[in-house]
Order: sequence, then C-alpha cells, then structure tokens
Amino acid sequence: MSARLSLRRRLRERGLDAVTLLVLPAVVTVLALFVYPFLYGLMLSFQPKEGGALANYAKFFSDPFLYNTIGITLWIAIPATLLNVVLSIPVALRVRLMRSQRLLTTILVIPITLGTVMVAEGLLTYLGPRGWLNRTLLFFALTDSPVRLVHNYWGVMLSLVITGFPFTFLLTLSYVTGIDKSLEQAGAMLGARARQRFTRILLPLLAPGLAITLALAFVQAFTVFPSAILLGAPAGPTRVISIVAYQAAFEQYDYPLASAIAMLMAGVQVVIIVALLAARTLVFRGPASTGKG
Amino acid sequence: MRRSLGERLWAIAVWALVGFFVINLLAMIGSVLVNSFATHWFNTWLPAGYTGQWYSLAWNEFGLPDILLVTVEVVGAVVVLSGLIGVPAAYAMARRNFPGKQAVMLLFLLPLLVPPITYGIPLATVLYRAHLAGTINGVILANLVPTVPFVILIMIPFVEQIDPRVEAAARVFGAGIGRLFVQVLVPLLTPGILAALLLVLVRTVAMFELTFLTSGPTSQTLVVALYYAVFAAGVRPGQSVDAMAVVYMITTLVWLLIALRFVNPSQIVTRAKQ
Repeated sequence: MSARLSLRRRLRERGLDAVTLLVLPAVVTVLALFVYPFLYGLMLSFQPKEGGALANYAKFFSDPFLYNTIGITLWIAIPATLLNVVLSIPVALRVRLMRSQRLLTTILVIPITLGTVMVAEGLLTYLGPRGWLNRTLLFFALTDSPVRLVHNYWGVMLSLVITGFPFTFLLTLSYVTGIDKSLEQAGAMLGARARQRFTRILLPLLAPGLAITLALAFVQAFTVFPSAILLGAPAGPTRVISIVAYQAAFEQYDYPLASAIAMLMAGVQVVIIVALLAARTLVFRGPASTGKG
Repeated sequence: MRRSLGERLWAIAVWALVGFFVINLLAMIGSVLVNSFATHWFNTWLPAGYTGQWYSLAWNEFGLPDILLVTVEVVGAVVVLSGLIGVPAAYAMARRNFPGKQAVMLLFLLPLLVPPITYGIPLATVLYRAHLAGTINGVILANLVPTVPFVILIMIPFVEQIDPRVEAAARVFGAGIGRLFVQVLVPLLTPGILAALLLVLVRTVAMFELTFLTSGPTSQTLVVALYYAVFAAGVRPGQSVDAMAVVYMITTLVWLLIALRFVNPSQIVTRAKQ
C-alpha cells in the first residue's frame, strides 16, 4: 500500500496524475489517424507493385508526366504565395491604423470559410466569357473579345489569390498588431521617413512572422487540388502534384505509388518550411511584441 | 503629423487595392446568386427573367435531402467527438507539466500545419484497408484529425484564464474529476467551448479534401456533392449547379455569422495564440 502510494506520489511530482491522463484520448486519436497512416504510407511507398524498394520513386523521377508535376505545382504555388504575402504587408500596415477592422476582416474571412470548391464555382460563373468581369472589360473597351481566365493557369492562380490573400492578410495583421507602435514613433521622431521606418524598423520586426506566413501560405498553395481540376486545365498546364497522387490512388488503385507521391509532397513542404524557418533564425533580432499578439 | 503627398497617394493606392479585391469577391458571390435565379442569361448584365425552379431541380436531381442529412450527421458527430476528446486534453495541457509535453504539443500542431491532401491520401489508404472508407464512420474519423488538435489549441488559453483556486476549492469539497468538469469547468468554459465547436462546425462543413478522399456514394457531404456537380457541369444546367452552390453558401455562412459572435475573424486563420 505504502509502496503504491509513494509511486503515485512520485508520478504526481513529475506531473503525471489522473488529470494528465485526460490528454490520452487526443494523443491516441492523432497517433492512430495521423501518425500511423503517415508511417504506413511511408512503408507502403517502399513496397511497390513491382520492382525493388525504390521502384515507385524511380518511376516518379523517370516519367516526365509525373516528375513535371513538381515544377508545374511550384510554378503556380510560388508566384501565388509571393503575390499574396507581398500584397498583405502594405494592406495590413494600413488596416492596423483603422479603428474598426471588424467589417473588413469579416468580409475577408468569407472566401476562406467558403472553401476552394465554392470559390472555383463562383469564379467559373464570374470570370467566364459571359461573366460580369469580361462584360465590364468589354463595356469599357479594355478588350475586343472576352479574356480567357478559366480552364487555364490564370483560373487557378486567381482562385489561389481569392482564398490565399485573406489568409495571408489576416495572419500578417495579427503579427503587425503585435509590434509596439512606440518603436515606429521613436523612429519618426528621430527623423526617419516612412520608407526608412518600414525597412529599418517594421520589416525586421515583422520578419519572423512573415517567415511563418510564407511557410503556411506556400504549403496551402502547393497542395492546391479542387480548383486545379475545376478551374484549371488538369490534363496540362495545371496538372499539379496532388492530382497525380489522387489519380494514382483512386483511378489506378496503385496505393504504393500514391503513397510515394504523397511522401514526396510532404518532402517538398518540409524542405521549404525548414528553409524558411532557418532564414527566420538568421534575421531574428530579439522579441518585438509587447504583451499583445 | 502632416502627411506628405507621396504618403497620401500610397494610402489611396492601398485602399484601392482592398476595394478592388472586395468588389471582385462580392461580384463573384453575387453572380452565383443571380445565376441561380436566372431563367436564361446570355449577353446582358442581368438575366432575362427570374425563376425559383433551379432550386427544386437541384433539390430533386442532386438528392439534396440525403446529402444534407449526411452532412448534419457527419458534422454533428465531428463536433461532439472533437469536443469530448479535445476539451479534457486542453485542460490537461493547460494545467499539468509532464515529461514529453513539448512532443505532445508538436503532435497536436502537426495536423494543423500539414495540408489535408498530404496526409489524406495515406489516411484514406488505411481506412480502405480497414473497410471504413466509403462509410459515414470513415468520413467522421478522417475529419477528427484536424478538428481535435484545433479544439485543444483554441481551448488552452481559455482554461488558463480560470483561477486554479476555483478547482482546488471544488476538490476540497470532494468533487472528483467528473464532477469537477460537469459542475465547475464546463460552465466556466462555455464561451470557449462554444467558440471552438462553432469553428469546428464551420471548418467541417467546408472540409473538402478529407471528406472527398474518404467518402463513398452514400457518405458525401454537401461540399463534396458540390464538387461533383461542378465537375460534371454541362450535364445539367449551370443554374442548378449554382442553386446548389447557394444552398452550400447559406449553410456555411449562417454558421460563420453565428461563430463570429463569439470569436474574432482573425482567429479563424491564426487558429490559436501560439
């Protein structure tokens, strides 16, 4: 009895008691439905339908129809990410000065909530040859014939801006509002112009947050899926990597190959995120936020 | 502080950009709404006439009653389960320091950082092997992956706000963990739980990738059915696809508006204080 009690006591001193056990159901859920499938997929990718352990990866990198998808996806994801983040910075810096941001942030959260499928259908109607956008362009004689914006590269790009810009903007806004305003005021008093205050004060303080924003925005854009099919040209210019992974799994029923492609997707994401976070530690110059943030 | 001409022009340019974005966004939603009521709409600004027939067509042809029922079942189960699993875990994470807590935290962060399509394909493979994919249960399980960690991360700050002495007092009066939760913590945490579960609801209604990869013909939610309707555009009149899109928009936006009474819009993106 006393031995049991002392064990329990020793465990409690290390923070392990009945309350700690409440974390177990969540840990089991994530282990069973996230970690295990990932490891299973990793193992499965080394057990191809035919050939040696690395046959799936060899197949991916020898078939241009497969390996080109990495380039195609990057060609869509990198410009979309950079555009969204670069546009977000000035807008967030301006909106932070607003007294009431609620209406704008509510409007901007709508496309994120609607999701990519709904945005794809909306853009098909709006950007189509008879949609309001082309009608406006024709009305103001900015173009002679309707501009083709759907079922090609631009359709996917625009859908990534519609859903991606609000995401990067709201994230940037939350980092920008964490920066102490008096730092900028001090800069202004010492005679720094707006541009200098931005490059010398705000940007260095914002850099760590921007690295995270870039990483999250890139990962989302890199896994573009429904809009690449619905709004793009899924047989050609917007045949992104998630499409070939999906086709391998659910059209060819080649789960090992699909797992290999999913692992490669995860690999590219990890490389980019690690690179961005490493860059973040290089430019990080100490804490900038003051309680808020 | 007087602003120079350049600064003023810059401000105007930034607001023009925001205005341009918002106008295009509203026009995109508006054109879906208008088209769903259009008799026919060709080379004019507005349709030739208006009708509600596309809604009854969509209701019958797409089997919307069944789809809505599945959506309610999936979303309801995901909300309840992620609350039951997530809230106690958040309590433990907020109140206890135990060895490996950092690793557990990382475990909860990963499903929120990795996009669903990346882990959805291996997850669907495992669920197919377990004969769960294609069923409502499989869809529910898949949707728990992002929602349980999401609830935990939202709830941790809410738990931290509660004075630990309140819990200590309840324990002194002899309450066990069960009674502590039911009679003390849940009433105190109600605003946080409502916020977290409403956000889970909105996210699950709109969760396309995981549901798409794990659902079968009888376990499609509204967003997956909408995808198939858009994918097969041309088979049916565009207006009936847009009618379905409007039904989907109303379903998500109503819950979004309710959720926004409890949370800040930016919380939907930033997930939780990190």
